[in-house]
Amino acid sequence: MSLKVNIGNLEFKNPVFVASGTFGFGKEYSQYVDLNKLGAIMVKGLTLNPKEGNPPPRIYETPSGILNSVGLQNPGVDGFLRDELPFLKKFDTKVIVNIAGETIEEFVTMAQKLDIDGVHALELNVSCPNVKEGGMAFGVNPNSIYEITKRVKGVTSKIVIVKLTPNVADIKIYAKAAEDGGADAVSLINTITGMAVDINSRKPIFKNIFAGLSGPAVKPIALKYVYEAKKAVSIPVIGMGGISSAEDAIEFMIVGATAVAIGTYNFINPTCTMDILEGIKKYMNENNVSDINQIINSINI
Amino acid sequence: MKHTIIRNDEIRSGVFRMEFDFADIPTPGQFVMIDCGGNTLLKRPFSICDFEKDKMTVVYEVRGKGTYNLSKMKISDEIDVTGPHGHGFDIFDKFNNIFVVGGGIGIPPLLFLSKKLKSKNINIVLGFRSDAFLIDEFSKYGNVLITTEDGSYGMKGYVTDAMKGIIKEADIIYGCGPKPMLNAVKDISEKYKIPCQISVEERMGCGIGACMTCACKTVTEDGYHYKKVCKDGPVFWAKEVVF
Repeated sequence: MSLKVNIGNLEFKNPVFVASGTFGFGKEYSQYVDLNKLGAIMVKGLTLNPKEGNPPPRIYETPSGILNSVGLQNPGVDGFLRDELPFLKKFDTKVIVNIAGETIEEFVTMAQKLDIDGVHALELNVSCPNVKEGGMAFGVNPNSIYEITKRVKGVTSKIVIVKLTPNVADIKIYAKAAEDGGADAVSLINTITGMAVDINSRKPIFKNIFAGLSGPAVKPIALKYVYEAKKAVSIPVIGMGGISSAEDAIEFMIVGATAVAIGTYNFINPTCTMDILEGIKKYMNENNVSDINQIINSINI
Repeated sequence: MKHTIIRNDEIRSGVFRMEFDFADIPTPGQFVMIDCGGNTLLKRPFSICDFEKDKMTVVYEVRGKGTYNLSKMKISDEIDVTGPHGHGFDIFDKFNNIFVVGGGIGIPPLLFLSKKLKSKNINIVLGFRSDAFLIDEFSKYGNVLITTEDGSYGMKGYVTDAMKGIIKEADIIYGCGPKPMLNAVKDISEKYKIPCQISVEERMGCGIGACMTCACKTVTEDGYHYKKVCKDGPVFWAKEVVF
């Protein structure tokens, strides 16, 4: 049985990744999960300089989901290289570094700093809904997506994945913009913007008013976006959004995802990635699938 | 990990004491994450009120969906619990005159702390809105002073009123309770230059330090830094916390 998948010139041992922002830099979850068994770790989004993020509260539970407004608190790219990458290098998995520039120049500078051993791919975060500079402001503009992708591709030897926001009317245009800019893959979805109100104070729960929705609640929406994106581009798609089981993961692969990333569900069950991996193997056994690639984009319409 | 409920009684209107089997030994001030079942998604953090061999006690107030579900659970039901998590209270042998100050549903973790303190000179100041709880248990470990906002039990007023006059002699203060209380306790500790550790609360996601949602604003040399309540805390030195 083969679980190997390829994105660009990179081979992943299996298609089960963990999504940026939900897994830190791997350390905390390493007491629950053998990181060697993950296809890839998409690390917490980095900015050029350390960033403190938004004031609390930063999380609010909704039916089958969570709203978050972390605002990219992170140690900055130099802090990552100094304090986090040495730990990640000990593991036999692929490290995908999520970068969120506030300007195109910052994306380029970060890509240059990260063009080193131990980093396998870059994920361009043009979709964070919780920051004032950059993030989703880039991701809702196809020209910005194209420009950032092209500029980063020009300075890196790593494969480049563009993480897309679902907060657009037609995802196909944005996926195509990334492909045209030279992206090796697109990943989606980032969180869906939402809000919540304290009915006693009549104030928004979050200082930024809007926050990002994730978790099982968003899965059907994410699945539709992945299906649409895959139809628009010929590069691989990494599917994410509310995955909580092997069945969910297989659905994403059937509609076109080459790999999947588990996000919010890591909080609920820290070992869920291992359950999902085992569940995929079981499905392959039961359905006489010898190569995982036979599942990818196999939907019967 | 599944844990069996041994007890889940209402000890005061809306406040429950739950005991379940648990093997991993916690330190005072740490917490556990409990899957409250029903249609809740995230586990909820609960402070540890007591721990004896293989048995953990949490005392919680019914506030929302999660605690409501938990309150409906029966003896021998199983719950999913992770932990103990976080950095608890630091206990110092050098300190003799100790003040333990709690308010409302912030009081439970201070019981486990009081039990583990080695000093014989412990003042425990507990503030409630009205009905008190856990008083007999605290009385085993120190001199208990009660305040209630409505004066129905003990002294009328806030814990800070009860601290006045007697706090000067303290070597260290430990606090847990609502933010305004913690802020007032911090002020007193600074006024009398007494070391003070407080346990803070924030909405949590993962509980293990990965998701960056339970932020606590702390002072740094050149500004501020959001620390993680679940990992760096929930107990911090009061002087570093920005309210």
